[in-house]
Amino acid sequence: MATAPKKTTAARPTAKRLGVPKTYKLYIGGKFPRSESGRSYELLDAKDAFLANVSQASRKDARDAVQAARKAVSGWSKATAYNRGQVLYRIAEVLDGRRTQFIDELVAAGSTARAAEAEVDAAIATWVFHAGFADKYSQVIGSTNPVAAPYFNFSLPEPTGVVAVIAPQQAGFSLRGLAATLAPILVSGNSAVVVASELNPLSAISFAEVLATSDVPGGVVNVLTGFVDELAPGLAKHMDVNAIDLAGVEDDTLATALEVDAAENLKRVVRPRTFAARHTGDLAEITRFTELKTVWHPIGV
Amino acid sequence: MALAESQILRRNEPSDLSVRAVVDAAHAVTIDQVGVEERAASFTKRSIKKDAKLWGLDLAIRTMDLTTLEGADTPGKVRALSAKAIHPDPTNPDIPSVAAVCVFPNFVAVAKRALEGSGVQVASVATGFPSGQVPFSAKLDDVRAAVEDGADEIDMVIDRGAFLRGDYATVYEEVKRIREACGDAHLKVILETGELGSYDDVRAASWISMAAGADFIKTSTGKIGAAATLPVTLVMLEAIRDYWELTGIKVGMKPAGGIRTAKQSLQYLVMLNETLGLEWMRPELWRFGASSLLNDVLMQLRTQATGAYSGGDYFTLD
Repeated sequence: MATAPKKTTAARPTAKRLGVPKTYKLYIGGKFPRSESGRSYELLDAKDAFLANVSQASRKDARDAVQAARKAVSGWSKATAYNRGQVLYRIAEVLDGRRTQFIDELVAAGSTARAAEAEVDAAIATWVFHAGFADKYSQVIGSTNPVAAPYFNFSLPEPTGVVAVIAPQQAGFSLRGLAATLAPILVSGNSAVVVASELNPLSAISFAEVLATSDVPGGVVNVLTGFVDELAPGLAKHMDVNAIDLAGVEDDTLATALEVDAAENLKRVVRPRTFAARHTGDLAEITRFTELKTVWHPIGV
Repeated sequence: MALAESQILRRNEPSDLSVRAVVDAAHAVTIDQVGVEERAASFTKRSIKKDAKLWGLDLAIRTMDLTTLEGADTPGKVRALSAKAIHPDPTNPDIPSVAAVCVFPNFVAVAKRALEGSGVQVASVATGFPSGQVPFSAKLDDVRAAVEDGADEIDMVIDRGAFLRGDYATVYEEVKRIREACGDAHLKVILETGELGSYDDVRAASWISMAAGADFIKTSTGKIGAAATLPVTLVMLEAIRDYWELTGIKVGMKPAGGIRTAKQSLQYLVMLNETLGLEWMRPELWRFGASSLLNDVLMQLRTQATGAYSGGDYFTLD
């Protein structure tokens, strides 16, 4: 019994769609685990309405992240500068492709549409800026040195190693702040453990999804969400962390305590700071996380 | 200090049973694969904190066979490893020495000299380690040379080829004769469980080795991908328990290969405690065969002591 097919209009749900909200997890060693502690906290939007559940990382998560970063640093620092530049550029590309998602997220977190757009664009510009610097910064700050003996003598920058970052809390600098602190660390071949901005951790985790799909090897960047006063001391004391960027530590007493902790293994410490509104990058930010190596090479006949 | 009677270990002796009787006894129990794996996984979920953790890590060091079995081994490397075996952490005298240093027969004399007076035993692999595919006369010579040079313990490999083709008699006889060649040196029998087919095979090989007089049974050589796992070790521990109930003799256990982290070592100790009990938790009856495990345990102990996580830069590379 055949009946003629009915003409239908495209099926459009009339009722409001039931969404599939994302669980915001951590990013460690190229994977997205929950906190080992099982903890999470509620994030509210600008109007105090529920926005998302966010993992609350523990000291052990920070330890795992440092382990992943340590494992990844040898491969990443040995990649050619040209290759690192390509990967950084790829981050900008993928970020650009997901531009609207990031704008929406920033707006949901309380940003105006215009400010959100400006922030995402600035973040993309920051990644492009550093991609270009990847095979150039060592030419700018490296040198051949005059010596009074038959040697070539030259100085080259090398990555410092594993860098812990407390991401900026500055308004308008959640996604941008990640770019501004992370890009100069990655460009020279360091690996990083980032404690995301407490104000807007969502961008940081969505940004981790960008990293995971941009040929950045797992473990080169690890992102923790949670509370700075809980996570930062463990990272500052950690003997296997070579440098710590305190960019987003707003409490002066805590910043001082972290500097003292960091002294135990002579970590490089970069103090809390704010970024200029027009900031896209700065050679000085790159060289903070490099070590100069000077080589004496005999001159042949 | 007088030892309680139960503390004095009676050494395992080769039995007069026929190989047929031994294999039948082993096969009297079949292994429930799903059950063993589930039970083994449950040991990874215990929460071991503070004092228990420190005690466990200390025991892990005291029962460790610090191992170097590389083609690139040199006397210098063996001496360095021996120094580390005596004082695993030179900055902390509270850290005990390991149980033994495990080397190739060529380095027994070097290790013996380096460890003299320290109480650390010298263990030597022998019998054509790791494959065991050499003529039996060569295996005997291998063992005799190591014992002559002063090895306190011999780690032999069974003939897996013979085992897998069903020639259990060869395996049984070889272990018996190697045990005889060992004399006073204690014999650890490596089953290389990764090359055996099933848990039932692991149990059969364990049983054959124990009936042939093994002082210890050991999982692996560490030279193939599949090394010690919790389920395999559990099957062997249960074989040891059954052998003890039958004969009253306590055979030792040595998981080896793939145990790299302090956390893993604690999981093994939990399993040991819940299967054979405190009695087995001493170097006479339990060993970890490991090389990189020691640094991780030392790192954990330092973390516990200082409250700051440590890093690889502060421990020797071996």
